[in-house]
Order: sequence, then structure tokens, then C-alpha cells
Amino acid sequence: MALDQSFVGRTYPPTDPYEVGREKIREFAEAIGDSNPAYTDAEAAKALGYCDVIAPPTFVFAITFKAAGQVIEDPQLGLDYSRVVHGDQKFAYTRPVRSGDRLSVTSTIEAIKSMAGNDIIDIRGEVHDEAGEHVVTAFTKLVARADREA
Amino acid sequence: MTAKISYDEVEVGTELPAQTFPVSRATLVRYAGASGDFNPIHWNEKFAKEVGLPDVIAHGMFTMAEAIRVVTDWAGDPGAVAEYGVRFTKPVVVPNDETGALIEVSAKVAAKLDDDDRTVRVDLTAMSAGQKVLGMSRAVVRLA
Repeated sequence: MALDQSFVGRTYPPTDPYEVGREKIREFAEAIGDSNPAYTDAEAAKALGYCDVIAPPTFVFAITFKAAGQVIEDPQLGLDYSRVVHGDQKFAYTRPVRSGDRLSVTSTIEAIKSMAGNDIIDIRGEVHDEAGEHVVTAFTKLVARADREA
Repeated sequence: MTAKISYDEVEVGTELPAQTFPVSRATLVRYAGASGDFNPIHWNEKFAKEVGLPDVIAHGMFTMAEAIRVVTDWAGDPGAVAEYGVRFTKPVVVPNDETGALIEVSAKVAAKLDDDDRTVRVDLTAMSAGQKVLGMSRAVVRLA
């Protein structure tokens, strides 16, 4: 069943702040095998002009995707998450995420399309810090595959 | 922000050093924990096959994280990445053996975007088992 087009443009309330921890960044950097010292050594990060360790570019996805749960699990929208695959992902950065950030995400449904029975939904997650300054925007395209058995 | 590569020293066509990233089942379990993505298609072979996949597959976001390392290692400063986007075209299938899978990433400067902002567009290619696993994989990078 095609998703309701009237949801396009809908913005969900900002999430409670996620506090970015140094050890969480280290854990993530180690999980992707990336030994860039800017992720684990505050002095190395400072040498690049940052006040503390920074996070790898895709680290923020865990935060924005959790926020997108507001959209994915919205019973009024009725997306069948069991059929959802990740289609596209894009990030536009004002600055890197860093340790000590308290980040809040505001999710908006940018587009809803139906193609060959698949529901395609574009979600934009605007990430701001505690001062209200923009950090990064995540653009996430999810595809709910057609239910072939229906 | 202090990239170690100068805008003036790159040209359209400049190739970034290519890299190959191994991925095993243990890598995926570790990434699941660090990222909070516990979807069983990334660690449970039985479940993956039941939903029609050939085997356990890597998280798309893991592949995305590996591919940009070619850019961040080149630029030196990960904060030089101003934009980064990919399309997940094919899954990286990870067999349950000692070698697992390989993700081979190459990249080149596709355009010099802005002489004042010193930004370039880098196009990335990510392959696994002879298949292109990322499409439209592009980064905008601010150079020194």
C-alpha cells in the first residue's frame, strides 16, 4: 500500500540530546579499523585545530538513524520496517562531531515515492549542538520493498 | 581544519592512494556493537538466508565508513570532508571463513569545485568479489 503523501514535509520534535563520549568514538574508530589519531588522541586533534577528539565521518549515523525511528515507527505513517533496506546515505557537514558534543536531531520527511510497488522515503536529519549551532545534516533514503507474497 | 593536501597541487584525475579493507564475521559483530545496528542479517547466517540473502552481509554503513578512509587518510584531517554520500547498490557478502570478504576502494579527483573555498569533488569506487558495492559514491573535500 502506498504511503500517504500528506506526510511529506512533516517535521518531528527534536530528540533529547545525545552526549558524544571519547570512549564511544574510540570504540567506533576501532570497529572500523581506523587508526587516525584525531579519533583517539586529544593532542593530535588539537594539532588539527579541534578542542577534543573528533568522530569519523559516519559516526553520527547511529544518532540520526535512532532519531529517524520517530518516522519509521510512526503508526500513522505505517511503514513496514521488516521490508526496509537502506538505499542511499549522505552527510553534509558544518564541522566534525567531537567529544563532549550534546547533539539533538530534528527529522523531516523530505519525499515519499512509490516505484514498482516499493515505498521510498527520504528523511532529513538536522543535527545541532547544545548552542543550537548546525553540525551536520544526514540524508537517509529508505526503501520498503514490495510485498511479493501479498 | 588543516588538510595536508593543497588545493593547488591536485588536478582533475588525480588518484588517491587505493586501499583494501578486509571484513570478517568478527568485524561485523564488532561493528554491530559499536554502531548499535544489531540487524541479524549482519551476523546470523540462518536468518540472512531466510530473508533471501546469499549469506551474512556487511552493514552498508560499515562499507561507507571504510570507503571514506581513502579520503581521510589522503587529506589527513577527517574534518576536511564537507559532504559524503553513497548509494548501496550490492551487498558485501561475508562468508564464515578465515578470509571473509575484501572491500577494495579507489578514488580520484573528479572536479575542482571552488577556487576560493578550495573544495574538490572526489569520486569513489568500492568493489567486493568483483561487484560494485557502492554507487554515486562522492565526497566534497576542503583542501589546504
